[in-house]
Amino acid sequence: MFKRNVIGKNSIKIKRSNLSISKIFIYLFLSFWAITTIYPFVWVILNSFRYKGEIRSDSFSIPMGDSFTLDNYITAFERVNIFGAYKNSLIISITVTIVVLLLGGFAAYALARYQFRLRTIVHSLIIASMMFPVFSTIIPVFRMQFSWGIVNTSNLTLSQLSVILPQIAGNLSFAIIVLMGYIQSLPIDMEEAAYLEGYNQLQIYFRIVVPIIKPSFATVAIFTFLWSYNDLFTQMFFLRYRDTYTVTRLLNEIVSIAGINYGLMAAAVVLVVVPVLIVYIFLQKNIIKGMTAGAIKG
Amino acid sequence: MKSVMYKKKAPLILFLTPALLFLCIYLYYPFVMNIINSFSSITGLGTSSKGFNNPWYSNYLKLFTDPIMRTALKNTLLMTVFTIVFQVGMALFLALLIDNISKGVQFFRTVYFFPIVISATALGLLFNLIFLYDGGMLNQLLMKFGVEEFIDWKDQNHYLFTMSFPVMWQYVGFYFVIILTGLNNISPEIYESSEIDGANMFQRIRYISLPLLHNVLGTCLILSITGALKIFDLPWVMMGAGMPMDKSWLLGTYMYNQTFTMGDVDYGSTISIIIVVLGVVISKTANKLYKEKDY
Repeated sequence: MFKRNVIGKNSIKIKRSNLSISKIFIYLFLSFWAITTIYPFVWVILNSFRYKGEIRSDSFSIPMGDSFTLDNYITAFERVNIFGAYKNSLIISITVTIVVLLLGGFAAYALARYQFRLRTIVHSLIIASMMFPVFSTIIPVFRMQFSWGIVNTSNLTLSQLSVILPQIAGNLSFAIIVLMGYIQSLPIDMEEAAYLEGYNQLQIYFRIVVPIIKPSFATVAIFTFLWSYNDLFTQMFFLRYRDTYTVTRLLNEIVSIAGINYGLMAAAVVLVVVPVLIVYIFLQKNIIKGMTAGAIKG
Repeated sequence: MKSVMYKKKAPLILFLTPALLFLCIYLYYPFVMNIINSFSSITGLGTSSKGFNNPWYSNYLKLFTDPIMRTALKNTLLMTVFTIVFQVGMALFLALLIDNISKGVQFFRTVYFFPIVISATALGLLFNLIFLYDGGMLNQLLMKFGVEEFIDWKDQNHYLFTMSFPVMWQYVGFYFVIILTGLNNISPEIYESSEIDGANMFQRIRYISLPLLHNVLGTCLILSITGALKIFDLPWVMMGAGMPMDKSWLLGTYMYNQTFTMGDVDYGSTISIIIVVLGVVISKTANKLYKEKDY
């Protein structure tokens, strides 16, 4: 009896120590991948504070004392209109997000609640449209908008509109499908009660449905905003004049502006990454949820 | 009740029409026009079509004789294989590892996911600095380890790695989160009973985690295929016009180049149709093969 107990204890001990060794390996490997993810960002931030000549010889030390400089940022603000680009980006992406939520919410509500003859067809048309890659629609869209006179113009508002409209269309189907799922899962009782109270359909939608599905609106909004903000392809087609450039579009040109000024390049990358990093730290749970809900977007 | 309340046609039309108009004008009409364009002769984005090609399918013939198209197709297919193997594979590996620990899960999740929210354009510039020939991060690191000669990361021997690594790196966290969500949905009771039966870590992964992740991995497979066909930003910023010597073209970048730089708009349309067809064919095939696979 006594003997058996000892053996038992020993075997448990061995198992535990095995477990902790394997856990150390697990943590080591997970940390290794975490470092490959974080270090490039740390490296570029450090080097954005270094004299441009030193980056190519000594990029691993922390820039302190003599090697610390703000020159790259001063050049960035002087030579590149980074604030203007931020403004353009925010105008475009916020407009796209608002319109997608508004029109997508309406359509989702109609499809979830109304019974009509063409419902199945409309539903499959929306699903099918999620499969169209942007490559397959962009040329005719450009030609159509060109004939309306809203591309290739130096008019800021029209240029922005020429990016906003296709981006809305590109995110609408996804928004409708996600929001429809949420609305369908709601019990209909509240809407019926409101209807008996004399609310009309618009009032029911805005006062009953929208407040309940707010979290799903947040999911769709985050996904749409980030997609629009980062979408270089559409912006390359439609933004041709320098004062209409968004952040993403501007970055694509920075090589020709900066040449071999790698300090300026590092500073430009930091100026774009850091605001997103700050937002990400505060909203990471919502962002991760929003982006992976977007997984179904083809 | 529902029949009374949601039967009026006027509000229905008000709710549905704007969205449907957008889809028709900006997705369905251009999609059909794009097919017509691929049979026509168009020499500039803003100029009108000069009628149909002679013969009308000549762009499709050109696909077979165009050596750059072959390169682009080869690179895109390679990218698809890489994304499936390395992106999803790495994500699965990391997710299975993290399933064994309890502390720090949230931290790793946050860190791994971060590159996805950064625009690929910024990442392209960042990787340009890392892969720089004359004193980039990697070459400086190699020098510290005593390597005398710098490696030209964008030359013929290295371009494939230089082009595909950043794309892989950026999206590992995305599949990681999807797979981790799938793992968390597996009931802990199954693991507990397997522990009582004396299953070790590998047996647990082989006989419980992987079979129960079957559907999640299927989703990842389709996502990575459609994602790989749409890669544009990172290679465009890093490799530009097919650097080195027309070797690094992808279908997306080649389509953009033909349309914008070369002014061969109808050929650009044809390439974009190939992207659509490939997407449908590859994901349908992969889906079928995957579903038949038995555990």
